Amino acid sequence: MRLALREMRRRPGRFVIAVVLLTLVAALLMLLGGLLDGLIARSIGAIEAQRADLVTFSSTAERSFLRSRIDPATREAVAAVPGVARVGGLGVLQVGARVPGNGPRDLVDVALFGYEIAPQGVPRPPRLGEAYADRLLEDSGVRVGQQLLVGPARTPVEVVGFVDDVSYSGAGTLWASAATWRRAQEQNKPNAAVASGVFQALVVDGTRDAAALARAVDEASGGATETVTVAEAADSVGGVREQRSVFNQIIGVTVVIAIVVIALFFALLTVERTALYGILKAIGARSQTLFGGVVLQAVIVAAIAAAIGGVLALVFDALIPSGAIPYQLVPGRVVTSAVSLVLAAVAGSTFSLRRVLRIDPASAIGSST
Amino acid sequence: MSTATSEAGTGPSAGEPSALRMDAVRKVYGSGENAVVALDHVSLDLAPDEIVALVGPSGSGKTTLCSIAGGILAPTSGTVVVGGRDISGYGPKQLTEFRREEIGFVFQSVNLVPFLTARENLLVVDEIGARSGAPARTRADELLDELGLTDRAGHLPGALSGGQRQRVAIGRALMNDPTLVLFDEPTSALDTKLGDQVTQLIRTEMNKRGIAAIIVTHDERIAHYADRTVHILDGVLTDET
Repeated sequence: MRLALREMRRRPGRFVIAVVLLTLVAALLMLLGGLLDGLIARSIGAIEAQRADLVTFSSTAERSFLRSRIDPATREAVAAVPGVARVGGLGVLQVGARVPGNGPRDLVDVALFGYEIAPQGVPRPPRLGEAYADRLLEDSGVRVGQQLLVGPARTPVEVVGFVDDVSYSGAGTLWASAATWRRAQEQNKPNAAVASGVFQALVVDGTRDAAALARAVDEASGGATETVTVAEAADSVGGVREQRSVFNQIIGVTVVIAIVVIALFFALLTVERTALYGILKAIGARSQTLFGGVVLQAVIVAAIAAAIGGVLALVFDALIPSGAIPYQLVPGRVVTSAVSLVLAAVAGSTFSLRRVLRIDPASAIGSST
Repeated sequence: MSTATSEAGTGPSAGEPSALRMDAVRKVYGSGENAVVALDHVSLDLAPDEIVALVGPSGSGKTTLCSIAGGILAPTSGTVVVGGRDISGYGPKQLTEFRREEIGFVFQSVNLVPFLTARENLLVVDEIGARSGAPARTRADELLDELGLTDRAGHLPGALSGGQRQRVAIGRALMNDPTLVLFDEPTSALDTKLGDQVTQLIRTEMNKRGIAAIIVTHDERIAHYADRTVHILDGVLTDET
């Protein structure tokens, strides 16, 4: 092992190419991860922020707010289930909104939520005609005190403050009282108007095991509801699964590329070192000691590349204008990418194992004469 | 190749333990029609402080003999005992351990680790085994001092002369206090004058420590420095002087 470390210290130039290539791979891994996290956060922030264990949809809605309706009778049945601590109504209207004074490009996509239980980071519901705006909308020119004109009917909604990390389905959100949402729904989508007391979904906070409580809720409603955890509801937001799947496949391919880079590089180094390994084996070095040195070098190269890649990802994060692209670099993603790269290095270096084992110590003194 | 039994076993006197005892050792490469007999019933005894020059042309089997004596190759048949250890039936793992503990090697083209200093090249013997740490460092410094390399201890092989590199290689071979040191053409890369100096150094160092050595060579002049010279031809020990 010391031998491997000394070689890296004394001949750093030999490892530069591998470090450069893996740094690019590391930066790509973190960039892809950041984009995935950013996209997902913009899709499900509003759901994940709910202070509840469960979300209840109508059973025919296939977990879609648009198709779901919960009437007051069903709500009462849900609230009466033992273990249910509190129930809140939730509805969302996805439309365009005009931002006054924002020039020719004054139309911005919004999701107007009507809520009863305040999600994390969102105050209690404001007065009729008012809403808290997602910080994402600030980048589209939305300001506190401004009156947005929501939907084709141009329902006026005044922004009374900003809230963070509550985007929905790629759009900035507006958080309003149930009455404000119901009015906007009625004016902009009259054939999907929601009667008083009716919501699209319920958020349910419980005092018992979430899965058991969900089953109890659906039984109590006589099969009229489908109740899922908040995480499952978030996963059901349109496009989330597809985004995750596509990005994870690209990330997987990138990790495979890292394995190939490491495997090729250290296979070449091992070929170069055949004579040296022959000598070392002849004087008593074990194959596993020599192979351990190869793995150690691969891990160090990958760790250096991950560190530089992490810095590059942070610089990228700092350089991109706020809200320009959905990019969110979280510590967990950086750590996961670094660990993936180190594991790829271990996997890649194992391709040299057979080569190291096959080196004959007799080659040190030429055995066939 | 010859099939005659060959012997060169006049090393240790009766009752004296051998540093090396090879008895009817045979080495065959390949099988069937492609079989090549590299060593044919070779017997050889070395006293604990004896230096033997093994002389023969290319392809005569001298390196194979050396490799079997040093535990790098296993014989096809016959017995090999080094320092009282019968290594004839050893597997690869046991042979590796045996080489680390009992054998010193000086290779033809020196073959020091290019990115290690002279001192570190000696210490590598300790690092590849069960490390002893401070005692190994002390021993390395002593050997470098005895070989006149103290002021070159911190230099990489590339900064050393051919003779200095060969001395470092000798020091590395002595690091594990071996029973037997095998020199594979130690002067082939050196000019005549330097070759004589290195051979004299080998003689002095081996005698001082009472270590047995086999010097594989084409060069008959090395015989002057050896206790005896054994000739090998076509895998058979032919005569000795």
